[in-house]
Amino acid sequence: MSRLKPPAWFVLLLPAIIILAAVVLIPLLLSLYSSFTPYRLTRPDSLYRWIGFANYEKALTSIHFWTAFGRTVLLLTIALNLEMLMGLGLALLVNKVTWGQRTLRTIMMFPMMFSPILVGFQFKFIFNDNVGLVNNALQSLGLTDQAIPWLVDGKLAFFSILVAEMWSATSVFAILILAGLFAVPRDPIEAATVDGCTPWQTFRHITLPFIMPFIYIALAIRSLDVARAYDIVQIMTNGGPARRTELLWTLIGRTGYVDARMGYANAMGYISIFLAIFFTVYFFRKLNAARGELGMAS
Amino acid sequence: MNENLKHRIKARILKALHLVALFIAMAIICVPGLWIVLNSFRPTVEIMAKPPVWIPSELNLDNYRAMFGAVGEGGVPVVQYFTNSLIISVTSTVIAILVGMAGGYAFARYRFKGKAGIFIGLMLTRAVPGVSLSLPLFIVMAKTGLIDTHVGLILVYVALNVPFTIWLIDGFFRQVPIELAEAAEIDGCTRWQAFWKVEFPVARAGIASAGIFAFLTSWNEYALASQLTRSTFSKTMPVGLRDFTSEFTINWGGMCALAVLMIIPALILTFIVQKHLIAGLTFGGVKG
Repeated sequence: MSRLKPPAWFVLLLPAIIILAAVVLIPLLLSLYSSFTPYRLTRPDSLYRWIGFANYEKALTSIHFWTAFGRTVLLLTIALNLEMLMGLGLALLVNKVTWGQRTLRTIMMFPMMFSPILVGFQFKFIFNDNVGLVNNALQSLGLTDQAIPWLVDGKLAFFSILVAEMWSATSVFAILILAGLFAVPRDPIEAATVDGCTPWQTFRHITLPFIMPFIYIALAIRSLDVARAYDIVQIMTNGGPARRTELLWTLIGRTGYVDARMGYANAMGYISIFLAIFFTVYFFRKLNAARGELGMAS
Repeated sequence: MNENLKHRIKARILKALHLVALFIAMAIICVPGLWIVLNSFRPTVEIMAKPPVWIPSELNLDNYRAMFGAVGEGGVPVVQYFTNSLIISVTSTVIAILVGMAGGYAFARYRFKGKAGIFIGLMLTRAVPGVSLSLPLFIVMAKTGLIDTHVGLILVYVALNVPFTIWLIDGFFRQVPIELAEAAEIDGCTRWQAFWKVEFPVARAGIASAGIFAFLTSWNEYALASQLTRSTFSKTMPVGLRDFTSEFTINWGGMCALAVLMIIPALILTFIVQKHLIAGLTFGGVKG
């Protein structure tokens, strides 16, 4: 009976490993290989010409690449921080409500049901300089008499994208942080109040440490997901006008599909993968540390 | 007395501020969505009107009629897209949850070598941006003939959702006290029974919320679907939205109608599972 049996955890994990290997790992190995070739979709034989690190060199010396890279990091940093703060604020607001909280929570989840591409179209519509909600409102209120080119001016477009991105993701933070707030035990808070802590002190020293793991979970989830911003940006401006809102992902997409230069696009893709991995590992470590403080780590 | 009154006024002002802040926050969340819903009922002339028409003079179902009626004559085959989306999302969610439950249980309950490494490895597969993945995936799918099929997209979405599902479910199983399962085993349950009779019901709510996330991800995914689908046989709704754009103009009304159609199932589903979701999220209280 006692043949060599694989351990239970391995059997349980096997399906996950198999599917991820098939759908993610193998294509990524292929893309790693092709990033060392001058592969073009239109010329299949170019897949077999090895050119070493030429694609990476080209990317790393390209000004377009670096501006897109910098803009991506900037967008991620601003967006994640603001979303986190606003999500925390929203969660605290909703947590204080005693009546109709369930309805509020449902409303709060509203943006999460919107596809990023839908968010893109929605805000493209809202920020449209001719028929958009924002310009219509500003003009009707008499605040401005000209059409503000929200999606045409580089800085304004960046702002519009940021608004769209925040609208779609703040509620993820709010929901998860709210879950954390529910999990905060009552006793220490009551004890702190009895001992004469101000509400701020109670929040800072009891509530916040408790919801920190949830904040990091939310940050890590978002950092896994930030590339969704690609959909939004692709629809709203597609990196334009004249590359003024170009992000790493739109650059990759254009190079790969429009210019059909797969090898070069894959090389840049790898750089973007490392960027994503960096963010994820960073938040994951924070999460584990925060969990450890609460004794939730294993 | 005076002190008392001051205190009461302060409390009341704070409460009013709280309500105002809450109202503004909710308005910001709702208005963009409601605007889409409103515009789906308005004729194109009114949407494009200058100066803007604030109070709609005419609401009709023309956009919806056009959407469902004009199949074949250059219209958008919305029903087909809807069916594709539904089949693909539901199937991939069910599979992802099953795979995720197995994986999450393994991480929550077993100790093994390289656990942290494997876990991070799984998570990192999710961190790969869709665009970077879509390029090689496109080549692989084209070679294996899975491009433009339901199966191809389902596989992709399962892989996309599994890491996150494992992670969420791991977290929820972790919050089920291990003593519960041990007690069940002492009482004569096998590990399998202990799982289904004790741990699963307790973590069910968490699993439901993982399911919502998985469903919404597949339902809304665009970057990969836009490359891996070609024809109406497999195009999903997010990809279908693009059918309303042409070179220089966008049919806003029609697009809004499709958008509403896209949101409704997500809304209903979230509503049904919400009870579980809230219960599941509050279950963290057990741990504290």
